[in-house]
Amino acid sequence: MEEEKVRIFIMGKAYEVPKGLTIMKAMEYAGYQFIRGCGCRGGFCGACGTVYRMPDDYRLLVGLACQTVVEDGMYLTQIPVFPANKATYDVEKLRPVLSDVVKLYPELTRCLGCNTCTKACPQDLDVMNYMAAAMRGDITRAADMSFDCLMCGLCAARCPAETVQYNIAILTRRLYARHVAPRAKHLASRVGEILDGAFDQSLDEMTKLDRAELEALYNQRDIEPE
Amino acid sequence: MSYTPKMHELIQAVEATRQRRYDERHARLTPEEKQQLLENFHPDYRPDTMRPIKVGVSRGAVMPHELVDVLESWSRLDPDKFPLDKIDYDVDVLIIGGGGAGASAALMANACGANVLLATKLRLGDANTMMAQGGIQAADKAHDSPNLHYLDVMGGGGFANKPELVKALVYDAPLVIKWLEDLGCMFDKEPDGTMVTQHGGGTCRKRMHAARDYSGAEIMRTLRDEVRNREIPVLEFSPAVELLSDGEGTCRGAVLMNLETKEFFVVRAKTVVVSTGGFGRLHIDDFPTTNHYGATADGLVMAYRLGGRLVFLDATQFHPTGAAYPEQIVGLLITEKVRGLGAQLVNTYGEQFVYPLETRDAVSSAIIRECLERKKGIVTETGQPGVWLDSPMIEKIHGEGTILRSLPAMYRQYARFGIDMRKTPIIVFPTLHYQNGGVDIRDDTGVTTVENLFVAGETSGGVHGRNRLMGNSLLDVVVFGRRAGIAASERARHVKPGLLSLAHVSRYHKELEEAGLAKDKISPMLLPPYTRYQSVPGADPAV
Repeated sequence: MEEEKVRIFIMGKAYEVPKGLTIMKAMEYAGYQFIRGCGCRGGFCGACGTVYRMPDDYRLLVGLACQTVVEDGMYLTQIPVFPANKATYDVEKLRPVLSDVVKLYPELTRCLGCNTCTKACPQDLDVMNYMAAAMRGDITRAADMSFDCLMCGLCAARCPAETVQYNIAILTRRLYARHVAPRAKHLASRVGEILDGAFDQSLDEMTKLDRAELEALYNQRDIEPE
Repeated sequence: MSYTPKMHELIQAVEATRQRRYDERHARLTPEEKQQLLENFHPDYRPDTMRPIKVGVSRGAVMPHELVDVLESWSRLDPDKFPLDKIDYDVDVLIIGGGGAGASAALMANACGANVLLATKLRLGDANTMMAQGGIQAADKAHDSPNLHYLDVMGGGGFANKPELVKALVYDAPLVIKWLEDLGCMFDKEPDGTMVTQHGGGTCRKRMHAARDYSGAEIMRTLRDEVRNREIPVLEFSPAVELLSDGEGTCRGAVLMNLETKEFFVVRAKTVVVSTGGFGRLHIDDFPTTNHYGATADGLVMAYRLGGRLVFLDATQFHPTGAAYPEQIVGLLITEKVRGLGAQLVNTYGEQFVYPLETRDAVSSAIIRECLERKKGIVTETGQPGVWLDSPMIEKIHGEGTILRSLPAMYRQYARFGIDMRKTPIIVFPTLHYQNGGVDIRDDTGVTTVENLFVAGETSGGVHGRNRLMGNSLLDVVVFGRRAGIAASERARHVKPGLLSLAHVSRYHKELEEAGLAKDKISPMLLPPYTRYQSVPGADPAV
């Protein structure tokens, strides 16, 4: 059976590739062995941010190469790395407030509210509005809204104000989890018990059980109901 | 990319029997049936999927062909000619691999005051850790205990696990959750701060901690951010291609290769931690995989040449329900929860062929039998076999809205390709998920039989015995990454740098020659050969 083909342009050069492939597999079909621009191949890692344009359309579109299907006439390039600013900090010493975020990323306040970042997000996150939350010092909301960010960098690549949305986003998430969300009390108390040696002896004894004894204990476990 | 007209026709057979199946409960396998099914169809049990390795310290051990192929291969370096007199990096601790284990090791070794270099094949964080959705286990609630966790791990592993390693895993579990909480990792919590925890397969307590369905990604990006904050030197796109020795059985560093320029770098290190992940991308027995692009067993190959023993590598974890359609997501995991909620496995005649909640190995075998022997499966336009997973049954049982409420990520994954899993069934086939075994580690620091060589994470073997439980691999990488980082930096204080050698590679090459093995294969593989031209004989541009 003759495969149906589409014509795509990879960094300007035309290739005929089978219809239905993802951009990633189409590039491999064309002969590109990825070094950059390919990671988990499952939409989790943000390695394969891709910018493309369709014929007769001036707009630039974006997608993850591993999740986007090729279309006839697609004109594409990958942006596997973006030279964005990354502040370094000790999260423990920071406070979850606007001034501490702005100290690390003064460019945050340059946001023009143009919404280009939102249009550039392959995860369909509301990037502009999580940035707005960050600018209000609403760390909780910025952390929550940015949670699904893969840090692919396409937002920063398109930002006319040269802000680095995804790095600001992870800062807000770490601030939220470290300083805003209440601590797990049961966790702290279990850690205390462990460090006091509460389980040392019983665990040691378990490592010395033979298989039959272990199996018996295993089969007697009571299972916590759903 | 929704279903083709032909597939829509096939779906009618599934719809036609849905009402009947609603009342039907497929018989469970008897122990004898299960054993026979496994022996005939599970890749682990089929003798044709494996062979004994002819060279090295584990000579005679039976492992999958694809792994033996890369182990019975030649080095990228000519060990007699490669110059080792110019040292490019001289460090205390070299960490090879930038996933959860490598990043954890780097953070701890750095905190212990060691001069650390982390080298990784792709980007920092490009690893299976990033892809783990389900969660991370830790016995941190009052009605749970490390002892119960211990029992679960041992039972899951067929009681073959190394007890000392399991003890370390469960003992450290609450400690590493606390460490991650302190680092600002956004776990799912109740308003009062209590961790939201769920069951996983084989757990007796709800101890699965999660960060929505991005659990691994949240852990990985937090660790990565912290490695960068502490300005630990990281070389990306610089895989190790060989370990260095003292000429005998002690590890003294590694040779790295810049993947883009092919320039080689000599690293002298007092201790080395290998945390390069597993072998999913070797596509054992031609299976699709849930694994990251970089999972090509590089660490196993390098450690083996230096005398690291390999254990439990004849046990591979296949997840019964990987996506088999659309092509874009082939091999990706369809969570067990889909079957837990009542979705049945159905062939092209609309018939059930296995009770959907048999153990993973049995369900995988039954799907393979249905497709490959009984020929009652679907074959997609790319030649991928599969069976139906009748997801609309979920809403028939539990009511409309259940899928959006309980499986939102799964729903979005399919909706992206024009498939509404609430209305139409999905196509699944077993997928290669996890390397249960690996390099033998001597104790709970991850030190191997090779002096000054530590291994952590999926590259190591023994923690999970013959089968790992959900939620214990994220735990493994953080626990043993931290332990290896600490132990490697402690050990480095007592090591004097000395002569660097590739004599172990020369000896390995000699063994290969004596075993009569062809000289045309080179490893570690580094990048899987996925381009069209790499399958043309005699025209392989990768060599």
